[in-house]
Formats: sequence, structure tokens, C-alpha cells
Amino acid sequence: MKRASRWAWLWIALGCLYFVLPLVATFLFSLRARKGALSLLAYAHVVRDPQFLRTFAFSLEMAVLTIIVGLALIVPTAIWVHLKLPRARPFIETFALLPFVIPPIVLVFGLIRTYSKPPLAIVTSPVLLIAGYVVLSFPYIFRSVDSGLRAINLRGLVEAAQSLGSRWWTTLGRVVIPNVRAALLSAAFLTFSIVIGELTLAVMLAWPAFGPYMAQVGRDFAYEPAALSVVSFLLTWGMIALMQALSRGLGGTRSAVGGTH
Amino acid sequence: MSCGVNVEGARLSRALLRVPLRTWAGLLPFLVFAAAFMLLPAGTLLVGSFQDAHGGFSLDNLAHLFRPSILKSYLLTIEVSLVTALGGGVLGFLLAYAVTLGGLPKAFRTFLTTFSGVASNFAGVPLAFAFIATLGRTGFVTVLLKTVFGVNLYTTGFNLYSFWGLSFTYMYFQLPLMVLVITPALDGVRKEWREACENLGASGRQYWRHVALPILMPSLLAAVILLFGNAFGAYATAYALTGGMLDLVPILIGAQIRGDVLHDPNLGYALALGMVVIMTLSIIGSNALQRRSARWLS
Repeated sequence: MKRASRWAWLWIALGCLYFVLPLVATFLFSLRARKGALSLLAYAHVVRDPQFLRTFAFSLEMAVLTIIVGLALIVPTAIWVHLKLPRARPFIETFALLPFVIPPIVLVFGLIRTYSKPPLAIVTSPVLLIAGYVVLSFPYIFRSVDSGLRAINLRGLVEAAQSLGSRWWTTLGRVVIPNVRAALLSAAFLTFSIVIGELTLAVMLAWPAFGPYMAQVGRDFAYEPAALSVVSFLLTWGMIALMQALSRGLGGTRSAVGGTH
Repeated sequence: MSCGVNVEGARLSRALLRVPLRTWAGLLPFLVFAAAFMLLPAGTLLVGSFQDAHGGFSLDNLAHLFRPSILKSYLLTIEVSLVTALGGGVLGFLLAYAVTLGGLPKAFRTFLTTFSGVASNFAGVPLAFAFIATLGRTGFVTVLLKTVFGVNLYTTGFNLYSFWGLSFTYMYFQLPLMVLVITPALDGVRKEWREACENLGASGRQYWRHVALPILMPSLLAAVILLFGNAFGAYATAYALTGGMLDLVPILIGAQIRGDVLHDPNLGYALALGMVVIMTLSIIGSNALQRRSARWLS
């Protein structure tokens, strides 16, 4: 056991080195924009660039819309399947996980070819971009919502609410959703972190989003890309940390509520 | 228990018979959306890859996939995916082993899981930037090695914008994905198995060779195949890192979308179809293996 532990220390040390070194190096690199001194000049350049805020706001808007549409499509479907059609679950799951075998570059190729001809020419509309993002986030939203619903006694909750005279929408909004809010929030954060820096769909559909903006900065400047990279990493970290804190914090109440029924 | 399930099942099938249409209609919004923005686009590519320039049925496009230049692209993409899946798989397994069975303090496990969640999502343009800032020609580590140790990475044959550089960069999201996927399997390995082996006089090596690895093998293979698919479809990282210098299939499809570089739209469709076929095979293989391993590790 002692010898195994020594190996464990070695692997974890090497792993940490590989993970941490690029982050530290990128951060230090981003501070060298002013010759001969460490400074936050690269960050100042990034923040002062009006394109930075404009593209970030655009991607933020897309992310919020994707989350709304994605949840609105999947949450009622998943609840419906759990309550009324458990047999359709594998079928719906296959659909929701299908984006795993369709890489984004192939998806956007298909979207462009399908929706640029006259009867369905919506290739220049943001609807197509959002629809593509919703498809990309299907697997993540579905898994999250599905496991959230499995963790509660959905049927019991709904029957209890209805026997007390609650109508369907009231049951959904005030009984079911509050009980799976941790799952919904984690789906939302994951979707956000996918959409905010997404490049493939945005660049192919020619939208001024944050991903293509970052790629452009990478072609034109030396230190600013490193600064953007650090900012993106912190953003991703923030999202995942929030997600994990939520699932840990609400996990207790969730199972407690499920258990009392 | 089984009685309850049967009653439930009977009630359900009766319910299904009573209001079949209305019940199925509840799935309609999702299905219509999925059909419009996932199946229809995929179908367009599928149909297109079996058509010639005039819309007639043809198998030429599929045959053209075996042109040397296109075959080379596929092989390069498969090589990058294979190298990073195996490399990320082995190293990710060792890391996950260290925090589960290796007996490290629990704090390491919490940290590694959180970090892996972040790093497996940290891909695309920012990831490429981080590696350029670290190991690019004027990158931090490159310069550090040159000034402090007198080693010039780029004269030793290393190049970040090459096959190995790209693979090294991909590992940054492959390794953490492996950690996330394989940790539950390692949690399923019971201490009693090792104790039983030791009681019977087996060495650590024999335990791994004859007990632990055979049990873990389906999970390991499933995870490595998942990693393969993960690298195979990646576009943004390769695009931002190499600017399209490496002819990976996703890069080729990207160029084809921008302006018919193959001078044959239908060949472009076949190229995309080939990707979906390889991805589908890998996911099916991964799922089948995963199910097999569920027998022991639950």
C-alpha cells in the first residue's frame, strides 16, 4: 500500500504540472505587453476594445436565448416522458444524445445547405444560430434534467399536488420545477459555457460572436489573446464551480423533499 | 417489487390504449424541433452524398473519399484522435487511480474532479491561445528554456503548429475527460478483491494483470473510444492553433463550406457523412462495452 501511494503522488504531481503550467505560463505571458515590465496593459487593451464588449454581449444574448429555448423544449418533454410515456424514454434519449455523433462542423454544414434555399431561407437569421446551439446543448440539458427527475418521486409529487386541487401548470411551476431547480441550473451553466466562446457555428454562419472575435484577436495581436484566454478560463471555472456548488448545496434538500413523499 | 412493476406496466399499457394520440402529442414540440434542426440537415448531407452534380443517384462521391488526398486527411484525423485518446486515456487513468485507489488525501480528489470539469470544457480558441502563449515560438516556456537552460525547443524538432503540437494541446481536454469518465469505474473496484489476492499470495503486479485490469478493461476501452470521438469532431482548437495548416477532416469541411475547395459540392457531403459514420461507430462501440462492464462495477 505504501509503494502504491508513492506512485499516486508521482502521477498527481505530473498531472498538476501539465494542468497548471499552461495556465501560469499564459497568465505570465499576458502580463508582458509592456516591454521590460509586468503590467495589465493587455487586459486594458482587451477591455477598451469596443468589439470585445459588443461581441461578448452578442454571445451572452445567444446563450440566454439558447438556455430558454433548450429548457422550454426539454423540461416539459422529459416530465411528460417520466409521467405518461416511460417507454418512450430510450427513444427520446437517443434523439437527445444524437448531437454527440454529429460534430458541430457537420451540423452547421447541414444547416447551411438545408436552410439557404428559397422555401426555407433562414440562414441569415439568428434563429438558425440559436437552433444550432440548442441542438449542441441537447445532450447536456437532457442528461441533467433526466437525472434530476429520476432523483425525485415525480409521480408522487404530481399526484399529491393534483389531489389537493392544483392545476397542471401550477403543479409544474410550483411543485415540479422547484424540486429539480439544481438540475435546471446546472444545465443552464453548462449550456452557457458551451455557447459563450463557441466558434464553429458562429464563424460559419458569419455572426459577430465572442468566439470568432477571439480568433480574430489571435491573428492580429500577441499578448491580448493570452489575456482573453485567462479571462475565458476564469469564466469557465466560475460557471463549473457555481454548478457544482449548487448541485452539492441543493442536493440535500432535493433528496429530502423526494424522501418525505 | 416485480409485482408493482407489472401492475404499473398494465396500468400504463391500458393508459396508452386509451389516449394514445394525445399522449404522444406531448412529445411533438421536441420531436419537430429535433427533426427540423438535426435530422433534416443530416438528411440533406446524407442524400447529397449519394447524388451526382445533376441530382441523379451516384456512388462516385463515396468512391472519391478514397482519393489519396482525402484518405490522407482521414488518416491524419484518425491518428490525432488515436494518439490523444490513448495518451489521454493512459494518463487520465493513472491520475484517476491516484485519487481513488492510490490513497491520496480526499482533498486531491475534490480538486481534480472540479478541475477536470473545468478543463474538459476549456477547449477551442482560448485553449489554443494558452498553448501558443506557453509553447509557441515566443511562448513563456519556450523562452524560459532558451534563456535559462539554453535549450531551443524549435531547433530540437518540436513545433506547436504540427501534428505533435496539436496532439499535445488536445490532451488538455482529453485527459480531464478521461478522469471524469473513469473515476466511477475505479470507485467500483472493491478493496476485498485486492485483499483476497494478497491472501492467496499474489503480488501487486499479478493483481493488476489478472484481476483489476481485466475487470476494468471494458470501461477503459469504452472511455478511450469516447475520447477518440471527442478529438475526431474537434474543429475550433485546430482552426485557432494551426489556422488550417493541418488538413484534418473538420478543417477540410470548414474550407469546403466557405468556398467549395474540393470543386465538388457532393464530395463535401460525402466527407461529412464519413465523419458521422466514424463517430456513430465509436459511440456504439463505447456504449456496448460500457454495458458489459456494468456487470462487475456497479
